[in-house]
Amino acid sequence: MTKTAPLLDVANLTLTIGGSGRTVVNDVSFQVFPGEIVGIVGESGSGKTLAARAVMGFIPPAVRLEGGTIRFDGQDVMAMSPKDLRSMRGSKVGMVFQEPMTSLNPSMLIGRQLDEGLALHRKLDAAGRRTLILDMLKRVGLRDPEGALTAYPHQFSGGMRQRIMLASVMLLKPALLLADEPTTALDAVVQRDVMELMVELTQANNTAVLLISHDLGMVARYCSRIVVMCQGDVVEQGLSEDILARPQHPYTRKLLSAMPHRLPARLLPEAKTPIVSVRDLVVEYPGRQGFFHKEQAKRALHGISIDVQPGEVVAVVGGSGSGKTTLGQSIAGLVRPAGGEIRFNGKPIAKSDAAFWDYRLNCQMVFQDPYSSLDPRMTIGQLVGEPLRLVSDMSPADRKARVAEVLTEVGLDDGFAERYPHELSGGQRQRIAIARAIVRRPSFVIADEPVSALDVTVRAQVLELFDELQKKHGFSCLFISHDLGVVEQVADRVIVMQDGRIVEQGPRDDIFDNPKHPYTQKLLAAVPGLESTSEGGVRLFWRRAENDKQITG
Amino acid sequence: MSSDSTLSTGGTVKKPSRVKLPAPNAIVGGTLIGILLVSAGIGALWTPYDPLKLSFREKLAAPSALHWLGTDEFGRDVLSRLMAGAATSVWISILTVTLAVVMGTTIGLFSGYMRGWTDRVIMAFNDALLAFPGILLALGLLAVVGANKYGIIVALGIAYTPSVARVVRGTVLSLREREFIAASRVMGNSEAFTMARHILPNCIAPLTVLATSMFGYVLLAESALSFLGLGVPPPAPTWGNMLAGSRPYIGQAVWLGIFPGLCISLTLLGINLLGDAVRDRLDPRMRGSR
Amino acid sequence: MFRFALTRIGMALPTLLIVAVSVFVLIRLIPGDPAQLMLGDLATPASLADLRARLGLDQSLPVQFGIWIGNVLSGDFGQSISSQQAVLPLILQRFWVSAQIVLVAVLLASCVAVPAGVIAAWKQDSALDLGLVATATLLLSIPTFWLGLLLLLFFGLKLEWLPVVGYVSIAENPWAGILYLVMPIMTLFLHEIGVILRMARASTLEVLRLDYITHARAKGLSERAVLWRHAFKNAFGPTWTLIGLVLGNLLGGIAVVETVFTIPGLGRLLVDAIFARDYPVIQGCMLFVAFTYVLVNLVIDLCYPVFDPRVTAQ
Repeated sequence: MTKTAPLLDVANLTLTIGGSGRTVVNDVSFQVFPGEIVGIVGESGSGKTLAARAVMGFIPPAVRLEGGTIRFDGQDVMAMSPKDLRSMRGSKVGMVFQEPMTSLNPSMLIGRQLDEGLALHRKLDAAGRRTLILDMLKRVGLRDPEGALTAYPHQFSGGMRQRIMLASVMLLKPALLLADEPTTALDAVVQRDVMELMVELTQANNTAVLLISHDLGMVARYCSRIVVMCQGDVVEQGLSEDILARPQHPYTRKLLSAMPHRLPARLLPEAKTPIVSVRDLVVEYPGRQGFFHKEQAKRALHGISIDVQPGEVVAVVGGSGSGKTTLGQSIAGLVRPAGGEIRFNGKPIAKSDAAFWDYRLNCQMVFQDPYSSLDPRMTIGQLVGEPLRLVSDMSPADRKARVAEVLTEVGLDDGFAERYPHELSGGQRQRIAIARAIVRRPSFVIADEPVSALDVTVRAQVLELFDELQKKHGFSCLFISHDLGVVEQVADRVIVMQDGRIVEQGPRDDIFDNPKHPYTQKLLAAVPGLESTSEGGVRLFWRRAENDKQITG
Repeated sequence: MSSDSTLSTGGTVKKPSRVKLPAPNAIVGGTLIGILLVSAGIGALWTPYDPLKLSFREKLAAPSALHWLGTDEFGRDVLSRLMAGAATSVWISILTVTLAVVMGTTIGLFSGYMRGWTDRVIMAFNDALLAFPGILLALGLLAVVGANKYGIIVALGIAYTPSVARVVRGTVLSLREREFIAASRVMGNSEAFTMARHILPNCIAPLTVLATSMFGYVLLAESALSFLGLGVPPPAPTWGNMLAGSRPYIGQAVWLGIFPGLCISLTLLGINLLGDAVRDRLDPRMRGSR
Repeated sequence: MFRFALTRIGMALPTLLIVAVSVFVLIRLIPGDPAQLMLGDLATPASLADLRARLGLDQSLPVQFGIWIGNVLSGDFGQSISSQQAVLPLILQRFWVSAQIVLVAVLLASCVAVPAGVIAAWKQDSALDLGLVATATLLLSIPTFWLGLLLLLFFGLKLEWLPVVGYVSIAENPWAGILYLVMPIMTLFLHEIGVILRMARASTLEVLRLDYITHARAKGLSERAVLWRHAFKNAFGPTWTLIGLVLGNLLGGIAVVETVFTIPGLGRLLVDAIFARDYPVIQGCMLFVAFTYVLVNLVIDLCYPVFDPRVTAQ
């Protein structure tokens, strides 16, 4: 692919927002050669999605093309007639989206949706198209392709829909596939399967891929070249190995160092009684009450037992539907358990009001979505100060001082107390949520996916802050996450859950280096691991897998 | 939403926020409603002529310098009657909306707070009342309470209560799913405190949107009832009964039919525009919806 | 699908029951002897006693309701005080008059407003969109009774194209019947265009933002195919629901239009009954309109899976 002409040649592309004139894509140039996989990496606001969509001629009405050219196969996309543009779309350039729940038309049969593109671009009769479609659906791993033709998208899981989406696009064997965060919305275990399927299909048809993602690890794993974007600029581009091993631009280095990494294992002092201990916890969700029947109650947790030692960070990992969130909510008292017992400092909390209240004041929670976890009508000062209302022996002055102290601890100074949540960024909001959780100096904090809604570099900062506060105040923590990288960085001990049961638990290093249960192995195999190198770069490896090959640099 | 999914990470660009000036619909709507409120205010205290004074010498006089908008079949000054009518209509509408909002909010909050069977039963009743078209329920209630000013307020107030209750209860239920409510419970706040401190204040935005548009519905319903002769009884002027009174004379005195209708229409237009603007402001996602 | 239909019908039953209870209670709230109310001032002691026995007034309220609902279900809505006719045939006869106006007006308005709303959304923020939305908002803001009066003034009195007031049954004289219906239908038609257009536009805007629309464009489909094949069907659901609500609301509020054009419809029947304190008719009209409203919305709901197959899957 050295001296051939580029398939896609984006040169000096500049896009601005119509009204304000703000530049959202600034002088961006990159090329994609036939059959190659190129990744664009960046955080939200980097302009990566806009730049990629512009390749197909999709520029939102509010955005203006300021300058630059996009050439596909030598032709200027921006100068194409609508008719030429349409004949290029689908047949030569395909596109896969992030959200499988909204990328297929909910009211159209899958068969028709797949047929549409073929009928438009290929001169085939209905029977010929049907054969092609069935063949493709089989290739993407659908068990019943015939049945899928007359099914609606909502009858499939997210992963399956993404496979159908891939089938729909690859049916036409386009020369270029634009994949915008194609696996971000999927469960970790499914992510890798879908990625591998995408690579396999595109390689078989010599389709080039432009992969847009926030996930540097994944991009590095599959792409030969990487384009790093930040705030509308391309800050660096080059071969994957080079970028990983010898990042040149400070932002790239920041991105790389923001990737979660393992810290040395901590030695915690042995304690006699665990701070929180959960015994045989069972949670059931009542079945929906219909008019003619009552559905069976659904058991979300099947007798979970957990001990959390003082000062210990215990991570709970699992895919969606594993029950990890329900576990956190029931320990926090948000979901009433159907059976089992929770003991705090050795005392069962359900037995006496005093024990319950002691627990209530000492157990706090950090939620996933900082846009939903802060009451939009309260100021930061009110939000952080609210938990102190229930602390009886505190004067208003003390409360004010404590709020200021905690705000400083989370890295936000006094000026923030008067502001409202909507004036803050996602990372700042999550700092507020953490401040609110620790303002009463609790001894136990439940963190439910506290960083999964955050951008990579922000996530690193918030994790660092969390770690710092945990060490400083010594609270125990139940850290719920689907992200094994994050877990590897923060956890002392790891609990792996599947279908409402604990399948494996143990010290972090044991779980990560020597997993016993097949589900744990599968989870670990799904995400690439990283190791820092001396030159400020990283080395990427698959933790354990059939194909245990390493990308080094 | 499953809390396991990763939230948005794509480099999407938000739509540019519009220039910070109020939207054109807010300006036009606000102006129209401003004019209405001012004329209603003046009309309550002072009108150019006594709106009830009969003057058979001047009956059905066309608009002139003396009577800007002409006179009606009894020689009463149309402008004075329109101003007095505005005062009556605005007053009735405000009281009705207040009544419906207070009752509806109470029911909605209670239902959303109790949940379970209480909620189901209350909402079953509520939805059944919603099964009466608003004006029909008002008509039925008027048959019971009697057609007069306070009858209208009670009838319309009750008729519009179910829709308020539904909106409030829906808001309460959706707020309950938000994480800040869970946070309040984890903090140790009682349910009642959570309700008062976190849920009620967050109901204000949707209630504002609803109350704005409801003001329009109520004003329209009041005019319609008056038009049917079931509203404020003559001779007290309302826009609706002025329109009804104009019908026999519409061939000879067009102004009698034009001006009251124009007043109602402009008021409703103002409310619709203002309602759109308020909604766009409070919930940009619903921009342009009904 | 079958279960979906069964569930929806099951959900409508309690609503109908509560509607019936409400109407029953409403009339019983009126102070005085129910039998006296039902018979009016001309009642003789004998007929009063007879009716009291038939209504079961000496028994408990639930039993009275049972007797009443039994009568209603067997088609006995009582007798009008003022005309001494049976209430149900009276209502049905008047309902037919109102229904033809409402149905034709809403059908025509939907045919115009739905495509216009979709196009306005497609051309969002263009001059066309602005013009359509402004027109819709204006039409929405004009009350039907004034719009009717204006039409009457213009087409009836000034141009003398159409008969001013009155009604002739289409069955008796088709041409004259139609002429008398033109203005009432046009009044409602113009008003509902505003309502439906705004809804169609809003729900189309919602849908046009979604990924599957971009996906359809990314397949190379023409804008026409994207709009009508992919966006329209998904956007039509909320509008469809709205049309059901509009039908019911019009039936409840048609009295004003019938008053403007002096048409002997259901709305006028109710209003006249309120004036005459003809309680059997009031009760019958309210029950009838509310039942119709529930049934219309039920039918609307049952058709909903056509636009969104997801609703059957809950």
